[in-house]
Amino acid sequence: MKHHFTFHNELEKLNKKILRLSTMVEERVRSAAMVIDTRDQDMVHKIIVTDYEIDEMEIEIEEDCLKILALHQPVATDLRFLVAVIKINNEMERIADMAVSIAMRVDNISKFNHQQAVSYNFAPMIEKVLKMLKNSIDALVNHDATLAKSIFIDDDFVDHERNKCYEETKKRIMSDCNHPGFHINTYLLARHLERIADRAVNIAEEVIYFVEGNITRFH
Amino acid sequence: METATSALTPSFPVMIGNQAESVMEDSDAKETARNTVGTPFVDAPRMTCRNVDVFYDEKQAIRNVSIDVDQNEVLAMIGPSGCGKSTFLRCLNRMNDTVSSCRVTGSILLDGTDIYHPSVDVVPLRAKVGMVFQKPNPFPKSIYDNIAYGPRIHGLTQNRSELDEIVETSLKKAGLWKEVRDRLNDPGTSLSGGQQQRLCIARAIAISPEVILMDEPCSALDPIATAIVEELIAELRTQFSIVVVTHAMQQAARISQRTAYFHLGNLIEVGATEKIFTNPLHQLTEDYITGRFG
Repeated sequence: MKHHFTFHNELEKLNKKILRLSTMVEERVRSAAMVIDTRDQDMVHKIIVTDYEIDEMEIEIEEDCLKILALHQPVATDLRFLVAVIKINNEMERIADMAVSIAMRVDNISKFNHQQAVSYNFAPMIEKVLKMLKNSIDALVNHDATLAKSIFIDDDFVDHERNKCYEETKKRIMSDCNHPGFHINTYLLARHLERIADRAVNIAEEVIYFVEGNITRFH
Repeated sequence: METATSALTPSFPVMIGNQAESVMEDSDAKETARNTVGTPFVDAPRMTCRNVDVFYDEKQAIRNVSIDVDQNEVLAMIGPSGCGKSTFLRCLNRMNDTVSSCRVTGSILLDGTDIYHPSVDVVPLRAKVGMVFQKPNPFPKSIYDNIAYGPRIHGLTQNRSELDEIVETSLKKAGLWKEVRDRLNDPGTSLSGGQQQRLCIARAIAISPEVILMDEPCSALDPIATAIVEELIAELRTQFSIVVVTHAMQQAARISQRTAYFHLGNLIEVGATEKIFTNPLHQLTEDYITGRFG
């Protein structure tokens, strides 16, 4: 039998909300990853104009967390859950912002209308970033600290891919010096993807804290 | 994870009272003794409790509890109603002696001396280990006499001026002096609830105790009086060891350095308070403090 029905109902509602936000953010990142290749203007526009939904949800979750802290003074696993949600909530909102940044970069790149340019192959990086984000959310859903720790390993690959893109961009600017803006915007896509991976790592750290009670920092 | 009772089985199993039955031989026992996890022991304890069992007739209320009370610490004891925390607290100054059906086995040492040894006189013991109760219980005497009573019966003073000094010092330590110095001859019962509780704390302090036991000291007080008493407990820690039984877990979190969790007569876990309230070791502790116990 559980006591404190109101309190535990509030926690359950909060859990559902953070999972809903996670799903919304993951969808946006998948859409952003898709438009890097397709440059679908409708989808680019949709990612940018629907960002307010994420912002509103983030505020709602933060308000719920503050209310629970003030009214129920949670301890132990409930306290760790609440602290993790407050921080993951912020990470999710920033990841959605990164998706918007990718959409805006794609929009800029399209405007350069640089038909001759060879597309940079972001596929391996995108695959890894999406996997990291998915695993971080799965770790949150399933309270799985082992899965959360596995995310740290993938981060090195993403960093390596970003560095590779940087070196490639330098070469392309030198060989195609009339279109520096195009190439810089292309590199910034790699930078945004890498930042999403970093934030997936941050989420994993919070999941480990929530599950195990140990504050963990990767890097 | 340290297993307290198995790791530190005492080499001095003093049997107290007339009967020294094994815990496990209690056929009515529905709950068996559990090992305590966490950090029940300290390096230089003020009080040392080992393998303490308490029985009310045949019913066992405390099972094989071993724990130290450190010097200058506030030790909070928490747990659901009937878990034995108040019973255990009352063992620490032999208040259970007043209950005829109660017997205590195991050892409880104060500064290395067995407090249950037949040669120990409970009157000076209770001066060394003072007690403050849930409901303020000032004597039906003046404020001055409430404080002066203990030092008088224990012969702690030679003359009136020394007694005056003890009364003033005790009331100052209890944070009550400024509020009552102009009406020391008024009845103690004329004070507010919070003031009465601080008067009782001053009364306990007046006989220079080493340890102060507090059984739900704030449960009859409003939030402001509670905050004042909690501040007072924090200040008193610099001079005394304090053991507090409380139902208010947030109070335990606010005032104590270590917290002990009792469950069905067993001491389940003892640990640094910040550890207990953020990441307890035992599932029972976790379930209780998060309200999932039951």
